[in-house]
Amino acid sequence: MSSDITLEQLKERLAALELENTQLKSELSSNSSNTKPAESSNTQTFEPSTSLTLEEYTRYGRQLTVSQFQSIPGQLSLKNSKILVIGAGGLGCPALLYLTGAGVGKIGIVDDDVVDISNVHRQVLHDTTRVGWFKAESAEWYLRRLNPNVDIQTYCYRLDPLNAFDIFQEYDLILDCTDSPHSRYLINDVACLTGKTIVSGSGVRTEGQLSILNFRNSGPCYRCFYPSPPPPNSVTSCKDGGVIGPVIGLVGVMMALEAIKVLTGWYTEETFKPFLGLYSGYDGLSQSWKCFKMRGKKKECIACGDASNEGKLTRELIQSGAIDYEVWCGVINYNVLKESERITAGQYADILGKFKEDGHVLLDVRPKEHFSIVHLPHSTSLPLDKLRRISDKAQLPFDTDKPVYTICRYGNDSQYATRYLNDTFGFDAKDVKGGLYKWSMDVDDKFPTY
Amino acid sequence: MSVNIKLEFLGGLDVIFNSERYHKVTVPSTNASTPLILRDLIKYIVDNMIKDPKDIEVFIENDTIRPGILTLINDTDWELEGEEEYVLESGDVISFTSTLHGG
Ligand SMILES: [Zn+2]
Repeated sequence: MSSDITLEQLKERLAALELENTQLKSELSSNSSNTKPAESSNTQTFEPSTSLTLEEYTRYGRQLTVSQFQSIPGQLSLKNSKILVIGAGGLGCPALLYLTGAGVGKIGIVDDDVVDISNVHRQVLHDTTRVGWFKAESAEWYLRRLNPNVDIQTYCYRLDPLNAFDIFQEYDLILDCTDSPHSRYLINDVACLTGKTIVSGSGVRTEGQLSILNFRNSGPCYRCFYPSPPPPNSVTSCKDGGVIGPVIGLVGVMMALEAIKVLTGWYTEETFKPFLGLYSGYDGLSQSWKCFKMRGKKKECIACGDASNEGKLTRELIQSGAIDYEVWCGVINYNVLKESERITAGQYADILGKFKEDGHVLLDVRPKEHFSIVHLPHSTSLPLDKLRRISDKAQLPFDTDKPVYTICRYGNDSQYATRYLNDTFGFDAKDVKGGLYKWSMDVDDKFPTY
Repeated sequence: MSVNIKLEFLGGLDVIFNSERYHKVTVPSTNASTPLILRDLIKYIVDNMIKDPKDIEVFIENDTIRPGILTLINDTDWELEGEEEYVLESGDVISFTSTLHGG
């Protein structure tokens, strides 16, 4: 009897080794062919599976036995699915982690960004040794070791109106893990026109949101919820607003679960109810999850509504570049100053030497949370939003007879502050180009960047 | 008749309301014969709760809730409830959440 078990174990081991062998071969052959769009269709054809390997029974055993997962048919649905994850950051990493672990057949990863050390507190597929790698390739490096059964395809460039349609057509489900309104509208429009469901997540600071959009072409889309974009100054990114790692991580993990539910048929056109989930990590002394019941598909929607709608989007229209998503979403224009109103970090160092610390005023216009991390010792904190509320010169909290200079993190808000000071009070203020970041790069390499 | 409403400012909107996410307010009636509607509540919020006039544009655009903010009536999208014409009842929970974009 014991010899029977040994034989079975040997067979299992043999099957696993054969699988590994196949995976390694395909990894080797596709090694250099996974970054250019033209080559993305050269990957091996995707044959639907009707059975699981012995290794897969064991690997997925713990989810197979959960009734909601729907056993072997559920696992086969995942195995025969192709999903596209756009953004391998704070949302994409945890979503990819669980979806690769769960055994989705093919996963595409789109991201043109590279790993920065400030990403790794939340972007859990990347690590300190892979700073500078393309995020998509760093994610792939980790995921191949996690589950060699999954076919990973990377796209190390930005999704745009020209390439989006061809990429989307290769996949069944889209995960929107991006970080700006203009990418979210582009993903939405292309998904509606190619008939793909989107699992959408977002988050900043201590809160996150979760939704399923264009569900099987019958649920509402992003434009049904948000027909017009928010004013650009109301949009906060993780870079500017900050984000707590586990908050965005939870949303990414929830996206993975929603993707599994969509792929295994947990929702149907009859049972699906449009929703928007809102997670708050710091809700008073507690954490909270609210799930709002949302509107259905809107007939007049230009992305998912009737084809006869005025302004209805089409593939041709989008690919022609007729819609400039960044302009439509009003990407902020930071060039608001004349060249004579600006100085470099090096020039400011000379001014500091000449006027000394008390012979001029350096206004640091970053939010107070940023100021408290690090600042130049002689600078005065006056956050931009606070400055803009002051219209009476007497209320300015600094000596207005001295020359005024403004500084911020990267030299964006300082331009607005200078514009405001010069226009409102007739000052001759100047901003430090590139902000504290350039100060650290060009003048004082001991000054921390964050 | 006045109505008691619980307000929620979510998704970072609390910054213009003293950094408090939850508020309980009593909206006084303006005219005994017409019931209070959501439009009256929005006007009440703008007139009584937003301290700095410069914060109004964070909340309102073209006389209505600005794009990028969702309004929920008892956890349901206001579009399903009649939007600004919704007739308020004491005990209603009205939530406003700005859309998050980061990822
Ligand atoms: Zn729509």
